[in-house]
Amino acid sequence: MRNSKKGLADGMVGGGIPAAGRTDLNETDRGLAGEVAERSGTEPRRCYACLTCSGGCPFYRAMDYGPHGIMRRVNMGLREEVLASNTIWLCVGCHTCSSVCPMAIDVAAVMDVLRVMALEQGTPVAEPDVLEFHREVLRSIEKYGRTHKLEIMLRLKLHSGSWLQDADLGLKMLAKRKLDLRPSRVRAVHELEKIFKPAWRRSS
Amino acid sequence: MSMEPFLDLSYFPGCSLATSARESNQSLVRACELMGLRLIELEDWNCCGSSSAHSLDPDMAGNLAARNLSLAPRDRPLLTMCPSCFRNLLAGRTHLADHPEQRRAQERTWGREIDPNLEIVSFLDMLHFLDRLRDMGAAPKLETPRRLDGLKVAAYYGCMTMFPPLLSRVSLPFDLLEKQLGKLGAEVIMWSHGHRCCGTFLAAVRPDITTPLVNEIVGRAIQAGADCLVTACAMCQLNLEIRCSLKAKIPTLHFSELMALVLGAEDYEPWFARHLVDPRPLLAEKGLISNRV
Repeated sequence: MRNSKKGLADGMVGGGIPAAGRTDLNETDRGLAGEVAERSGTEPRRCYACLTCSGGCPFYRAMDYGPHGIMRRVNMGLREEVLASNTIWLCVGCHTCSSVCPMAIDVAAVMDVLRVMALEQGTPVAEPDVLEFHREVLRSIEKYGRTHKLEIMLRLKLHSGSWLQDADLGLKMLAKRKLDLRPSRVRAVHELEKIFKPAWRRSS
Repeated sequence: MSMEPFLDLSYFPGCSLATSARESNQSLVRACELMGLRLIELEDWNCCGSSSAHSLDPDMAGNLAARNLSLAPRDRPLLTMCPSCFRNLLAGRTHLADHPEQRRAQERTWGREIDPNLEIVSFLDMLHFLDRLRDMGAAPKLETPRRLDGLKVAAYYGCMTMFPPLLSRVSLPFDLLEKQLGKLGAEVIMWSHGHRCCGTFLAAVRPDITTPLVNEIVGRAIQAGADCLVTACAMCQLNLEIRCSLKAKIPTLHFSELMALVLGAEDYEPWFARHLVDPRPLLAEKGLISNRV
């Protein structure tokens, strides 16, 4: 079913909008593309659905729509579909799409904006583990000023409960001292409070 | 053996080089010393935000970069090895240079001035610059007690070194790694996956996605006849090592390690001992390190 959603395999034109589920464009969010353009600094409406972005995307196979499908949906105003997709969370920002786009659209910048919009709007996140990873990294920075990989990995395990997955790898990395037991820290870590806590909370 | 320093640089190691890729940090410092560059670590630097800050909160990424920039002395360029740190610092500086009012706000937050014209250089760019200096006779010639003759290397950039559109603001020659490695005597192979993304943070949460990617990258390098991969990105290096499930693996070396080795470093043992795919048998076979392991 995943393939038919994407549309490449079925020979559907223009970014995998399923023919069966017809979309009434009068009902969609016509402001979406403009909002994304404004916030990302790039113009998704230049897209003519050539699919080059998805052709180059290393993560395309794991994505529900792929970058071209996202661009198409943004331009059609399918806000909910776009924000609930796993594509925006599996995009790591490698910019392969941005570097090959014949219309010079910074596709990865669009993905960045869509993730932020999904969080702002409270859309359920299609890849909760990815979100949790990003959160743990930021928690680590808030606490130490730098990332502490061992703690990030252990807290992720705590979150997912999958203790056995990668246990051997973790041990190997510990043995090679690739994972430090203690974090590397910023001495003036209190300075970072200024960006992690709002002023009214800092004073209490 | 060490050259008299002729240039001082601020140095931003970043979290990976400070911890999991310490071997890259140490070899970089050694290589620079042997080239006559003195690296002065940025005092009390913080994490650049990696992918996570700008994924969830672009303002946070900008703030983290701004603090680092506020710590940088005006009078010397800021050097980074990690492509992700480089991109984030450059993005921060570019943004603050374009938006003076935000720069002033950041200066008030941190209580320090920020130089909107601060030069931020990546290690590869630095080497290119030094080559030019040497051509003009403005920098001392390099002594290379070792050569990489007979070592077949696949130059692996990953995605961050070249792709981010922001980098079009700084002109990076496209074949930096190949040129430098070739100059050191290595046989640089032609292959297809030098810019293929390694999967970055998905290696931590979705190994099911990254393992096939990494196998494809390493597999193509092997197919093209490489003895090893060489990268300038610490995260790529780690991912290629930990997420490769091929039976026959080849080592992935940090570019700084080979650079330091060629320039005559002798304290390499602890660097190579930290690799999950041990490069020592290969390097010993090529006569680059002594056989005693």
